[in-house]
Amino acid sequence: MRPSRWSRFDLHGSPYLFIAPFFLLFTAFGLFPLLYTAWVSLRSWDLTGDAGFVGLDNYSRLLGDPDFWNALVNTLGLLVLATVPQLLLALIVAALLNRPLRALLLFRLGVLAPIVTSVAAVAIVFGQLYGRDTGLVNGLLGLVGVSPIDWQASKLTSWIAVSSMVNWRWTGYNALIYLAAMQAIPRDLYEAAQIDGAGAIRQFRNITVPLIRPALIFTVVMSIIGGMQLFTEPLLFGQGDVSGGSLRQFQTIAMFMFEQSFQNFDYGYGSAVAWMIFLLTVLVGVINLLIGRRLRGGTQ
Amino acid sequence: MSARWIIPAIGTAVALVAVAGCGGSGGDDAAADGTITLTVKTFSQFGYEDLYKEYEASHPGIKIKADNIAKLADYTPKLQQWLTAGSGAGDVVALEEGILVKLMAKPDQFANLLDYGAGSLKGNFLDWKWNQALTTDGSKLVGLGTDIGAQGMCYRSDLFAKAGLPTDRDKVGALWPTWDAYLATGKKFAGANTGASFYDTSGSIYQNILMQQGDTTYFDRSNKLIVDSNPGVRKAWDQTISMVDAGLSGKLQMWSPAWNAGFKKGTFATIPCPAWMLGIIKDQAGPENAGKWDVARVPGEGAVRGGSFLAVTSQSKHPKEAAELAKFLTSPEGQTAAFKAKNNFPSAPKAIDDPAVAGAKNEYFNNAPVGQIFGKSAKELKPVYLGPDNQQVGDAIGDALTAVEQGKLKSEEAWTKALADAQRAAGK
Repeated sequence: MRPSRWSRFDLHGSPYLFIAPFFLLFTAFGLFPLLYTAWVSLRSWDLTGDAGFVGLDNYSRLLGDPDFWNALVNTLGLLVLATVPQLLLALIVAALLNRPLRALLLFRLGVLAPIVTSVAAVAIVFGQLYGRDTGLVNGLLGLVGVSPIDWQASKLTSWIAVSSMVNWRWTGYNALIYLAAMQAIPRDLYEAAQIDGAGAIRQFRNITVPLIRPALIFTVVMSIIGGMQLFTEPLLFGQGDVSGGSLRQFQTIAMFMFEQSFQNFDYGYGSAVAWMIFLLTVLVGVINLLIGRRLRGGTQ
Repeated sequence: MSARWIIPAIGTAVALVAVAGCGGSGGDDAAADGTITLTVKTFSQFGYEDLYKEYEASHPGIKIKADNIAKLADYTPKLQQWLTAGSGAGDVVALEEGILVKLMAKPDQFANLLDYGAGSLKGNFLDWKWNQALTTDGSKLVGLGTDIGAQGMCYRSDLFAKAGLPTDRDKVGALWPTWDAYLATGKKFAGANTGASFYDTSGSIYQNILMQQGDTTYFDRSNKLIVDSNPGVRKAWDQTISMVDAGLSGKLQMWSPAWNAGFKKGTFATIPCPAWMLGIIKDQAGPENAGKWDVARVPGEGAVRGGSFLAVTSQSKHPKEAAELAKFLTSPEGQTAAFKAKNNFPSAPKAIDDPAVAGAKNEYFNNAPVGQIFGKSAKELKPVYLGPDNQQVGDAIGDALTAVEQGKLKSEEAWTKALADAQRAAGK
C-alpha cells in the first residue's frame, strides 16, 4: 500500500510542491499587500488608528486633489523625457555594439556599469552636477554665457535633471536587450540587402528594427512600468523632500503616495493613491498593448 | 527597468518579517520567578544605557529590554504598526514632538500617567513641555518630557569681523535683541559685501519667529485651523519676507550638499542652531575652522526646535512599573545623565541648572558656554500649542517661503497658496 500511495502522490502532488514556494511568497508579499491596501483604501486610517469604513471617500477626495493631478502630470512628463531619448539612444548604442569593434567585450560590459551603481550614489553625484551655485552643469553653461540655473526651481529644468539621471542609468540595460535581439537576426538577410544595394541606414530601418520588435515592445513596457513608479531619483534630487520641490515641481505619484502615507500618516488616503497608481499602470499598459497590436497589424 | 523595484520590495519584505519577529518575542515579560521585563523603545540616541543599569540595580525584579531604531523616519511607521496591532510596542515608548501632537488627538493608546502619580512631577518640567503632553482638558497626561532642541544663533566670527561687526558673543547677542534688529544687522552685513549671505535658509528663521509669538500658531486649542486669522503667523511671515527682500537668505536647502559645504566655506554667516546641530557644524566645518564658529543668543525671547517624550503604552501589562521607569528616566537626574551621555538638552529646569549642564562649554565654538545660552533660551520660551496637523500646515508654509526665495511666487501669491494648502491639509 505504502509505496503505491507515495508514488501516486509523487506523480500528482509533487509538481504542486515544486511551484509552491513562488506562489506562497507571491501570496504573502504580492497578493496579500495588494488586497490589504485595497481594504485600507476604503477606510479612514491615520496615526491614531483605524476610524472606520468610509467607502470611496478617499478616491473621490483624490480625484479632487490638485496635488495628485500635478503629480500625475509630472510622472507622465518625466516618463516621456526619461523613456523616449533612452530607448532611441539604446537602439543606436546596440547597433554600434553589434559591429566588429576593438575591445568589444569591454564596451559591452561598460554599458552595464551604470546599472550596478547604486541609485543613491547616482542621485548624489547628479545632485552635485546640477547644483545651483557650484554645479558642473551650470559651470559649463556659464562658459557659453548662460546664467546659472536653479534646476529645482522650475518644472522643466527639474524634469530634465531627473530624467537625465534615469536615462544615464538605464540606457545600457536596454541596449544590451536590443543587442541580444540583434544577434539573433540571420546574417544572410543583411547580405541579401547589401546585394540589393541597401545602405547601412536602410538595412537598420528595414531589417534590424522590424526583427527586434518583440524586444522593443518589452523595453517599452518595462520602461513605462518603471516610469510610473519613479521615486528614488526625484526624491534624492530634492534631497529627500517627498513634496518634490517648493511648488511640487518634480513630485511623482509614487512620492505623493509616500508623502500621504508616511509623512502625513494618512494611510487610508495613501492606500487609495497606491491603488490609483496600480490602475493607471494597468491602463497605460493596455493602451501600449493596443498600439503594439495596431503596429504589428499595420506592417504585416 | 522593473529590476530596481524588486530590490526595495524584497528589502521591505525582509523588514516586515523582522518586525513580525520582534513583535512575537514580546510575550515573555513575566518570568516564572516573578521578574518583570520592561521593554523600552527609542529612536536615535537617548543616552539611557547607564541609567538602565542603575535602575536594574536599584530595582531587583525588574529587567529592562532596550530596543533602539536608529532613524526616526524608520521608527515612526513601526510605532504605528505596534500601536495598531495592539502588541509589540512594549511598555515605554519614546515619542518625538511631531508624533506626540498628532497622537494627542486620540490618546487612548497610552496610559494616563496622572493615574500613576505623575501629577506631582509638574514642577520638574518646563511648563510648555509639560503642557504639550497634557490633553487640553487637563485630565490625561500622555508623556513625560525628555530632551528639547534648545537653540542658539551660531555665527561665523571671521565673516563678522570682515563685515566690521563685533565678534564677541555677548556683543553679537546684543546686536539682535529682536528680529527687527537681526534684520538691521543683516542689512549692515549685506552692505559689507563679504560674498556670504547672512543666513542659510528662511524656513528656520520663520520657524523661530513663529514659536515666539506665543500661545497658539496654526491651531487653537479646539484644533480649529486659525492660520489665516492668527496675527502671530502673519507677523512671522512678513518679518521673514522682509529678510528675503533684503537679500539676506542664502536660499540653501537644509541638508543639501551646498548647505553642508556652506559650514566649511563660510557661505552664510549665521544659522539658528539647536543643541544637536553643534555636532553637525563641527563635522561639516572640520578642524581647520575650529574657533571660527561661535554661539550667541537667539533674537527675541526663547527658541526651541523639537524634542521628545516618554509614554507608557496602554498595551503594557505592567503599566505601574513602566510608569515608574519613565518617571526615573525623565527625572532631573536622569536628564542630566542623558545630557552627559549624548548631549540631549534637558527639559527639566533643575537639570538645566545642574552644573554639569549649565557649566557645559563647547571647545570647538571658542569655548562658548552653550549650557547657559541654551538653558536661557529654553526657559524664556512661552508655551505654544501646536495641534495635530501642525507639521503639514508648517510644511505648506515652508514650501511657499521657498518658492518666494526661488523667485517663483510673489509674497502675496505664496501666502494665498500656503493658506489654501493649509486648509486642504487640515480639512480632510
